[in-house]
Amino acid sequence: MSNFSNAFSSTLGKKLVMCLTGLFLCSFLIVHLTGNFQLFKNDDGLAFNQYAHFMTHFTPIKVVSYLLYSSIIIHSVWAIIITLHNRKARPQGYAIKPKDGSIWSSRNMGILGTVLFVFIVVHMSNFWYQYHWGETPYVEYRTDLNTGATITKEIQASEFTDYVSYIDNGVEITKSKDLYKETQFAFQQWWLVAFYVLAMAALAFHLVHGFQSAFQTLGWNHHKYRPLIKFVGFWIFSILIPLGFAAMPLYFFFLK
Amino acid sequence: MSGNMNLTLKVWRQKNSSTSGKFVTYKAPEISPDMSFLEMLDVVNEGLVKKSEDPIQFDHDCREGICGMCSLVINGEPHGPKRATTTCQLHMRSFNDGDTIVIEPWRASAFPVVKDLAVDRSSFDRIQQAGGYVSIGTGGVPDANEIAIPKVIADEAFNSATCIGCGACVAACKNASAMLFVSAKISQYAMLPQGQPERYARAEAMVLQMDDEGFGGCTNTYACEAQCPKEIKVTNIARMNREFFNAEFIKG
Repeated sequence: MSNFSNAFSSTLGKKLVMCLTGLFLCSFLIVHLTGNFQLFKNDDGLAFNQYAHFMTHFTPIKVVSYLLYSSIIIHSVWAIIITLHNRKARPQGYAIKPKDGSIWSSRNMGILGTVLFVFIVVHMSNFWYQYHWGETPYVEYRTDLNTGATITKEIQASEFTDYVSYIDNGVEITKSKDLYKETQFAFQQWWLVAFYVLAMAALAFHLVHGFQSAFQTLGWNHHKYRPLIKFVGFWIFSILIPLGFAAMPLYFFFLK
Repeated sequence: MSGNMNLTLKVWRQKNSSTSGKFVTYKAPEISPDMSFLEMLDVVNEGLVKKSEDPIQFDHDCREGICGMCSLVINGEPHGPKRATTTCQLHMRSFNDGDTIVIEPWRASAFPVVKDLAVDRSSFDRIQQAGGYVSIGTGGVPDANEIAIPKVIADEAFNSATCIGCGACVAACKNASAMLFVSAKISQYAMLPQGQPERYARAEAMVLQMDDEGFGGCTNTYACEAQCPKEIKVTNIARMNREFFNAEFIKG
């Protein structure tokens, strides 16, 4: 009776793809935000740069990151496929826009998603591309393990071969690409800060509909746990997480 | 007569599904606020017939809010401005003297216009025929309470079964999706013992038929629930998703 191609080519199956990739992207937001909170640490970026190295070189995380990139692409492509199909279902529109009691964001996920897609492209070319293949500053940290004091020194590209961290005579020496400096530098530009804050507003509206919608698509709509899903979707995913992300460019622009 | 209303109607006129339509403006003078919306259209049509003009075609049958035949998007709202009310049960007191009322048909490629405001909803019939039934023999009359069904479940199934299949959900949805209708029809059997033998085959067949008819997909705006004259809940859609995914991935 059943076959998988039926399942995924149906309107419900296409929605399932949107829902699963969307929820996976939501889970990434938590990791990304938690990790990036190290930007607020007052250590000239030592913890953040160590974290950045770990995230780009630890194999299981690399595997997950490729899953993540494909999720972004699949989520966007499926959105276009679904939208085109849905447009075809009503070739002739209404003269009077239907008053339907739906919330604005639920009807405009495409616009919000487009803003987010542009944001992801800009964001990845600013940091992800620069970190992997572009030019970054380099930094050396020397931490005296007895006193705990750290001396930070910018180093030249010629002095840097690869990420190293070792202990020499009671001093921990870490040489790293300086993504922290890169971040600080990027967020000196007011328009980039403004764009990031705007994108996070789009994220908030995208998730206020998207998070609870994903559970409806999965068929998890029950009066017992529906309020919990709505609470988490609203307070955590559309308020706390976008605010946390928006705080980063604002912190660097105003306080660094 | 005092208290009567003078209205202006902008009505969609379309000869058939292969021609394009347009709005035509009509005066509806001396309309009693106690008339139903359809009676108001009857009055306008009588005037048109007297002038030897083509009367406005619209669907109606029981005029008691239970048959699901009446339709009309009135000022952008399927079945008009009153919640949980079909067009035939909508009264002219819901409007004001001097109002302009825009009347359109359900708009969906799966509901082609037959003429003017009447659309062909046989796509719903075909979805129902794909699996919206119980084919087991019912036999003789069983003893009362032989099949025990908890009251909450019976009520829930009954609520789903109150769907009259009018298509307002499709008309309200920005994607012209039929999922509220289909999910109500799947739900009314999925919750009851009589529906179990064909439970998953039914869900799969009805969903695939819905797709074949060219309805759009659900984007969870819940406009359908807001506009449904029978207040069918979107929890039905969640249930349909469960039933369908179960059919495809687990129970099939």
